[in-house]
Amino acid sequence: MTHPRLQLTGITKAYPGVVANSDVSLTVMPGETHAVLGENGAGKSTLMKIIYGSVKPDAGEIRLNGQPIVIRNPKEARANGISMVFQHFNLFDTMTVAENVWLGLTRNSLEQVTASIIAKANEYGLDIDPARPVHTLSVGEMQRVEIIRALLTRPELLILDEPTSVLTPQAVEKLFVVLKKLASEGCSILYISHKLHEIRELCTACTVLRGGKVTGVCNPQEESNASLSRLMIGAEPPQLEHTPQPTGESRLLVTNLSLPREDQFGVDLDGINLDVRAGEVVGIAGVSGNGQKELLYALSGEDCRSPAGSVRMGDKDVSAVHPGGRRKLGLHFVPEERLGRGAVPTLSLAHNLLLTRTGSIKHPKFAGGWIQVGKLESHAADIIKAFNVKANGPTAAARSLSGGNLQKFIVGREIDAKPTLFIVSQPTWGVDVGAAAQIRGEILALRDAGCAVLVVSEELEELFEVSDRMHVIARGRLSPSVPIAEATVEKIGEWMSGLWDQASAPAEVQHA
Amino acid sequence: MLKLEARPQPSSFWSYGSPILALLCTVVIGVILFVMLGKDPVRGLQIFFWEPLKSGYALGELVVKATPLLLIALGLAVCFRSNVWNIGAEGQYLLGAIAASGVALLAEKNGSTLIVIPILLAGVLGGMVWAAVTAVLRDKFHANEILVSLMLVYVAVQLLSFLVSGPWKDPLGFNFPQSKTFEAAARIPRLFTGSRVNIGVLFALAGVAGLWVFLFRTRSGFSLQVGGLAPAAARYAGFSSRRALWTALLISGGAAGLAGALEVAGPIGQLTPYVPAGYGFAAIIVAFVGRLHPVGMVLSSILMSMFYIGGEMAQSRLGLTKSLTGVFQGLLLFSLLACDTLVNYRLRWRK
Repeated sequence: MTHPRLQLTGITKAYPGVVANSDVSLTVMPGETHAVLGENGAGKSTLMKIIYGSVKPDAGEIRLNGQPIVIRNPKEARANGISMVFQHFNLFDTMTVAENVWLGLTRNSLEQVTASIIAKANEYGLDIDPARPVHTLSVGEMQRVEIIRALLTRPELLILDEPTSVLTPQAVEKLFVVLKKLASEGCSILYISHKLHEIRELCTACTVLRGGKVTGVCNPQEESNASLSRLMIGAEPPQLEHTPQPTGESRLLVTNLSLPREDQFGVDLDGINLDVRAGEVVGIAGVSGNGQKELLYALSGEDCRSPAGSVRMGDKDVSAVHPGGRRKLGLHFVPEERLGRGAVPTLSLAHNLLLTRTGSIKHPKFAGGWIQVGKLESHAADIIKAFNVKANGPTAAARSLSGGNLQKFIVGREIDAKPTLFIVSQPTWGVDVGAAAQIRGEILALRDAGCAVLVVSEELEELFEVSDRMHVIARGRLSPSVPIAEATVEKIGEWMSGLWDQASAPAEVQHA
Repeated sequence: MLKLEARPQPSSFWSYGSPILALLCTVVIGVILFVMLGKDPVRGLQIFFWEPLKSGYALGELVVKATPLLLIALGLAVCFRSNVWNIGAEGQYLLGAIAASGVALLAEKNGSTLIVIPILLAGVLGGMVWAAVTAVLRDKFHANEILVSLMLVYVAVQLLSFLVSGPWKDPLGFNFPQSKTFEAAARIPRLFTGSRVNIGVLFALAGVAGLWVFLFRTRSGFSLQVGGLAPAAARYAGFSSRRALWTALLISGGAAGLAGALEVAGPIGQLTPYVPAGYGFAAIIVAFVGRLHPVGMVLSSILMSMFYIGGEMAQSRLGLTKSLTGVFQGLLLFSLLACDTLVNYRLRWRK
């Protein structure tokens, strides 16, 4: 009988105030692609860090190929044939692909490393030029570098953390080909995700975590989305009602907006045209790093260098108006980064209200206004209640909340202001399924109430769910809009590579 | 082996405990220092930590020295909380002293004591102007405010020596580089007889209350601090970073200038090359040891004032050099920086 490649028994890890893993057991057979499914905060990351040796468990046993083993650090993990590809890449922008890979393998010469990269790349069809500097690569290419780096250690177990969150649908298919080939050669894969259809396509076994505990072990190919959801969140997410309705007047009109990049690795915006009307949700799809960040800065007013007349709200030219001024005109914006931009990590939720809300400010002429702390805290408490935020009251520091709960609070803060134009970036990025459904529901409710909504997201499913019309952004250019009924995953996926007209030919989006 | 382990969240116990532990470390190292210098360490500690508290007069002197430190530190706390690194308070303090002297020298022998008001206003204005130079260079030319404010200290010192050895030199002063002694009417009113404590301490205490209100109850104070804690959040909210820069520098320049005016027209009574006593630099330590909190800085300014007085007494009583003050100040700051590690990390035994 063959031993399991990896066997975890009774893994427990507690942090002050939270049990991340409680009596978790997991078995991965050789050549098996095993999914670890769970909401954010379910304990997936902690479990992977324990396997990879960067976190020490409080209790439990790890067996590798039948032998008990103690993995003290990632170096020992790699020496034992365990490799990991993180969600956020660990690459140096200014160095070449080969130099980045070389960093972990100091015993070889750069020439040897280059040769082995080419060999591995050919073996798995991972097309990459070792001499290119990393900052010229697309996100998909960067991920290939990470995978090659992992493969060079000849792993018996490869851990992938949410690998598809940054890829176009076409790139996802390419990645799956590589992973299936690896598995057929006997390499075990631990695949972390919350995207059910991917897991069903790729994995033959699945361990579901909820609240740090294992709630189910199953074969995802024999389960339905509904049954997996039930295991993951204890309930099925509510279905969204998306009824067509006539649109009203234009609330945001962007005409031929071109803007040179602010920072070195940014993207130039090139002739953007966009119209968002009352009572509709306009979605913008695209692979990250194609100008979303720059466009949102220009729309929110955080970057007010836009040429005169290029950004209008109603009949007012707001190109040079700062965020506070645009907010007074009814624009409320939820940025992608929650901690540090949407909220100040060390300040209380109540004080974070003051970033965009002035309801509890008295005498605004005197030193910017007097803060009525009592009123501020009760306002925060109202938002916490109305948007179902799990927090330790209005005085809890923003950073003490989980990502999903902080996002609910920030979205709540902006929706509670009754905006006439609502812009939201990555509304459910890193948010668990339950909270994501709630946030999407709020977005649609806002639209039904006649607000103009712009949603920028990398999750196609989400955009198909909430949008009335969709644009695609690629290399700083915005595609024409397409009504949601005419949009298909294939078409949007092609457009994500910049192919909405004959002018551009290259198949891979440059991240430069 | 001892290992540092990151805490899941900063310890609130250690954010208060760290200054106290730092003080203990300073005392321990101080004892070692006294022993190495061949002095009785008990006597040494007595001079630093008991003598300044012994009598009413001694307490008065403690307040006299703590006042300028506290005033300057209050202003610096605004800067540091908004991520504006003004380390040139000494220069702003000097310009305040110079501007105040300019007005004080105009006073007539039997003139009205109300001239104190323009003297103090001149001090505030002088400090603000000097800080504004830094603000302009940072705002218009993106010059680093740390370097600019520091370098302007030395310009201010040169300006002072030019004035006291040239235009403002006392003609009856035996050619010493100093101004004439200010008229009695131009001197800052004292609060009690038999003590040098003057109305400056009232300004400082009003400043403590004012700063608390500004930081924790006004939207301006809030927006300044957001700029320091999370610049991207300040930009998102639409709080202007230029406005924060100017507000912070003008407040701290004005506070330092006021301290300079109170000092030159108070305990000193004339403009001399000895006006720059390092208060502007010591106040940086006061601000950080006091956790940039108005009340905390009251305590740390008193502590720092003890070091000043202790250093002077160590010179007269123990025959040690006055620079011991600086050594103690430095020890305290370094111990604090080291102890602050415990706010974000904890010590663990590991095999």
